[in-house]
Amino acid sequence: MNIVVCVKQTPDSAAKVSVEGGHVTWGDAPLIVNPWDEYAVEEALRQKEKHGGKVTAISMGPESAREALKTALAMGCDEAILVSDAGLKGSDSLGTARALASAVRKIGSVDLVLFGRQAIDGDTGLTAAQVAHLLGWPALTYVAAVEEIKPEAKTMRVQRMIDEGRQVVEAQLPVAMSVVKELNEPRYPSFMGIRKASKATIPTWSIADLGVEASKVGSAGALVSWSEIYAPPVHKVECEVVKGETPQETARTLVDRLIAEKVI
Amino acid sequence: MDFELSSEHLLLQKTVRDFAQREIGPYVKQADRRGEMPAEVLPRMAAQGLLGLCIPAAYGGQDLDYISLGLACEELENVDTSLRVVMSVHVALNSLALLQWASEDQRRRFLVPQARGQKIAAFGLTEPGAGSDAARVASTARRSGDDYLLTGEKTWISLATKADHVLWFARTNPEASDPHQGLSAFLLETDRPGVTRGDLEGKLGVRAGSTGWLHCDEVRVPEINRIGQEGEGFTIAMTCLDNGRYTVAAGAAGLIRACLAASVRYAHERQAFGREIAQHQLIQEKIARMSQQYEIARLLYLRAGWLKNQGRRNTRESSLAKWYATEAAFEAAHQALQVHGAYGYSDEFDVERFFRNARGAMIYEGTSEIHTLIQAGYALGLREDGALRRELPAHRVS
Repeated sequence: MNIVVCVKQTPDSAAKVSVEGGHVTWGDAPLIVNPWDEYAVEEALRQKEKHGGKVTAISMGPESAREALKTALAMGCDEAILVSDAGLKGSDSLGTARALASAVRKIGSVDLVLFGRQAIDGDTGLTAAQVAHLLGWPALTYVAAVEEIKPEAKTMRVQRMIDEGRQVVEAQLPVAMSVVKELNEPRYPSFMGIRKASKATIPTWSIADLGVEASKVGSAGALVSWSEIYAPPVHKVECEVVKGETPQETARTLVDRLIAEKVI
Repeated sequence: MDFELSSEHLLLQKTVRDFAQREIGPYVKQADRRGEMPAEVLPRMAAQGLLGLCIPAAYGGQDLDYISLGLACEELENVDTSLRVVMSVHVALNSLALLQWASEDQRRRFLVPQARGQKIAAFGLTEPGAGSDAARVASTARRSGDDYLLTGEKTWISLATKADHVLWFARTNPEASDPHQGLSAFLLETDRPGVTRGDLEGKLGVRAGSTGWLHCDEVRVPEINRIGQEGEGFTIAMTCLDNGRYTVAAGAAGLIRACLAASVRYAHERQAFGREIAQHQLIQEKIARMSQQYEIARLLYLRAGWLKNQGRRNTRESSLAKWYATEAAFEAAHQALQVHGAYGYSDEFDVERFFRNARGAMIYEGTSEIHTLIQAGYALGLREDGALRRELPAHRVS
């Protein structure tokens, strides 16, 4: 199987995010692999271990995103490609999907592209479906279990996590899928992998390499505009201790208060 | 001069941090309360490759450098001292000694399974009557044909009841005029007949770790188990300490960082006199001191690690790093407890454990007093390091 996994570099989940001059900033907080993408990398590696083949990690982002790709290599991915170009700056999820879909086409004969369910910074959760659409492939989003892949028959069956429970879906390969954390437990990079990753050469693919139109990506191609960005207002929290003579009375008072506040 | 960690080091640091926090962190408080090392700790550390971290790939290790060893120790002790102790004993005091002093045959036989984590290793120098005065080792190794018979008792041995191999120091020549000359080192397999061992109870700190005693009663070991030459034991033991002290120093930096992080968090949460206590200058003074201590400890151990990578002698620098970092860690834990007030006195918060764990490191791997004398000796020109018959191999990052 020829597997591609898309990873994004995001600020650390513990970073203090704030808004300065209409832009989101996280100071000098460390950058990490988007935690959801670790599940995608893990699944890519497991499917490769099961069916053979190759796993290529790709990331679109600035030069620093190379470090996220090194993590993917250290976990066990075979190759990594950085999609980076000044013209990609300001891409919305559609622009990102155009660049990534072109990269998948350029790699060629890909059976499966994996994504985390969303990135912890932008939180749109759109890119996987948009890449699938651009490639004309089935989109299997929110995958919580891969039941079966038959590489010869070019089919796969998964369980999707939906509000009502789990939905079993079959699809024809190639497939683009996004994964949720119920899928697996990501491995830690191995020390041998870390050594290998630190020595690996990671090619950079530009807009020209990808053959995408410059007007369709970056801020030039963005269909989404952010008219206003502001930090969520701070909620004033007031504590109230519900008291009663007996536990029953306390519970009754609590229920009355919750109904009055329209909580239940 | 370059103060940046390489991307390899950064990736290693994050990997060990995530591993320690996620895999071990959740169990530490319970393990400390119960006073025993959780059974899964050593297998998990082995599976992650930590037990062969800086051993060359040719001997089953992960081939990382000595700075990586320090960084890993910092991250492990940031979660609990007991984890770093495993690295000090298994990797630094035992495995690196085999790398430095053992023959090729011995490395294949003993070091490879240790580096792969298949055999757990410990270090047997301290005895009931020999601590700082290490040359006073009373254990004996008597020739018997082609073998040696080991008799004696070791105490305060980390991983005593977990270890498969112990680097055992014993007197081969009781007649030597200088007691330093009469010692030899042996790789003792603990399943040999005549070995008994047990755990020590009632420790002040590092209760999630394993510390015990071993007793040998006429334990027969072949000559192939002797590491280095006869009479070379004291020199070997001192080079082991150069490595062990380095890991203790790096770990202590991690403990200071943990004290600092806990104090900063609490200082922003706790209110007193109408504002968070972080706004009070006497709390700020403690926080400032901890950040200073962390930076000094870190720079000192990284310099020692750099010297090791270059293959240069670092007895002076490792001793200085260990002396400073362990005293600073105890002071940081003491002040972190004070920042937490009465809550810090309870094991509901981690700083109580940090305080107890920090204390032991001012005793083991050279007491603060011994390090004071070592540093005075270098400064006054009373002490200098001679060339060794075998040096620890350098690790130059390509």
